[in-house]
Amino acid sequence: MAHETAIDPKIFQELKALVGADFIGELIETFFEEAPVIIKRLEEAHQANNPEVFRRNAHSLKSNAASFGAKRLSEQAKALEMLGRSGELGQTGDSIKLLSIEYKRVAEELKRLRHDSK
Amino acid sequence: MTRSKMHGPGRLLVVEDNKVNRILLQRGLEQEGHAVTAAANGKEALELLQRQPFDIVLLDIEMPEMNGFEVLKACLGDTRLREIPIIITSASDEIDSVVKCIEMGADDYLRKPLNPVLLRARVNASLEKKRLRDEQRRLFDTLATSEVADELLKEGFALGGKHVEASVLFCDIRSFTSMAESQDPSETMELLNTYFTLIFEPIKEHGGIVNQIVGDGIMAIFGAPIPRADHREQAVLAAIEMLGLLKDFNQEQKLRGKLQIEIGIGIAAGRVIAGFTGTQERAIFTCIGDTVNLASRIQNHTKIAGKPLLIDENARQGLAENFQIELLDSITFRGKSQPVAVFSVNY
Repeated sequence: MAHETAIDPKIFQELKALVGADFIGELIETFFEEAPVIIKRLEEAHQANNPEVFRRNAHSLKSNAASFGAKRLSEQAKALEMLGRSGELGQTGDSIKLLSIEYKRVAEELKRLRHDSK
Repeated sequence: MTRSKMHGPGRLLVVEDNKVNRILLQRGLEQEGHAVTAAANGKEALELLQRQPFDIVLLDIEMPEMNGFEVLKACLGDTRLREIPIIITSASDEIDSVVKCIEMGADDYLRKPLNPVLLRARVNASLEKKRLRDEQRRLFDTLATSEVADELLKEGFALGGKHVEASVLFCDIRSFTSMAESQDPSETMELLNTYFTLIFEPIKEHGGIVNQIVGDGIMAIFGAPIPRADHREQAVLAAIEMLGLLKDFNQEQKLRGKLQIEIGIGIAAGRVIAGFTGTQERAIFTCIGDTVNLASRIQNHTKIAGKPLLIDENARQGLAENFQIELLDSITFRGKSQPVAVFSVNY
């Protein structure tokens, strides 16, 4: 049974066309640098109950994930962004964990796609 | 079907705090052949805008510290930056912010994640817009001060006129026709062009706008389209400077054994009807009314009077004590019933 991939191939191909096959690796690398930091900041903001910082980080991750075609990750980040906007961070602990797991899937997929680009 | 690239490369500024988005956009635009500078925040963006020329700004609304709205406001409030098209980049759920930006004066928007086809189309459209604005400004700058040009570009123009208080200046080369006949045509044109270069500058510097060139004669207006209380003084100062420049020019010509130019300037002040006339496709800014006719007649009279700069009573009233003014005559111009006092200004 085929399961949904973490990355929408069509969007990824469009991105590759936009920046060029010789640059996509650098872009993915930058994402690998930025995303874990964002997730860490989400956790910290949750701990410190800082909705604004939480919202901004979720917004950034949503945007980056969408650029790569990581739809599920983007949706999850969007949900966290809405919670941040509402000011209610109480329930977000588990959501962050799920998002973190999804990110790992996305990262694996991107590594594979990057390798295929070479 | 792909359209051929109609435009040359542009100088683009990308303002985006998110690193992935920033390098993505910069690289994507560079692939299209543009020269792209990226700023990570609003403050950096404004500093760059002050230092370098740009054709388009791609601005992210959602940024910490100085956000997109503030950058937008700063650009729109600056006379020079105002003409740079701004494309707002936003996430798809920020439609309210996008609308607000467009209402403030942003030119266009792009949704993130960026669609390459839309990106190219919007960037090209904005480049075209910028090029048209640049051309317009060049046209205006040749005839008016940048102040006037700013005003016209900002307000646009509507056909129709209104009453304003202004000073009208006419300037002609004395005995141009006979001079032209005695020379090679190319020499005549060269002389004419030098003369125009010399006399346009003082007019511009004193806030005037050259609105007509007919042969060797020009008509300039002070106090319209941008009103100024000291239009009379500015007109006379411009005239004095024009004469001074011509004097220097003539000295040089004499040394080279070439033709010298004598000019006659007439200035009248008062109420005129000022505005754009013509059609929407082809219009000029002009003034009409008795004041204009009088200025023209007075200019003509410089030949008879043998004085290079003549002004009317109304213009004289706008001048301070330090101008050397001499009542020349009271002249009844043809077609008029009342005599008009004409003054000569010594310089």
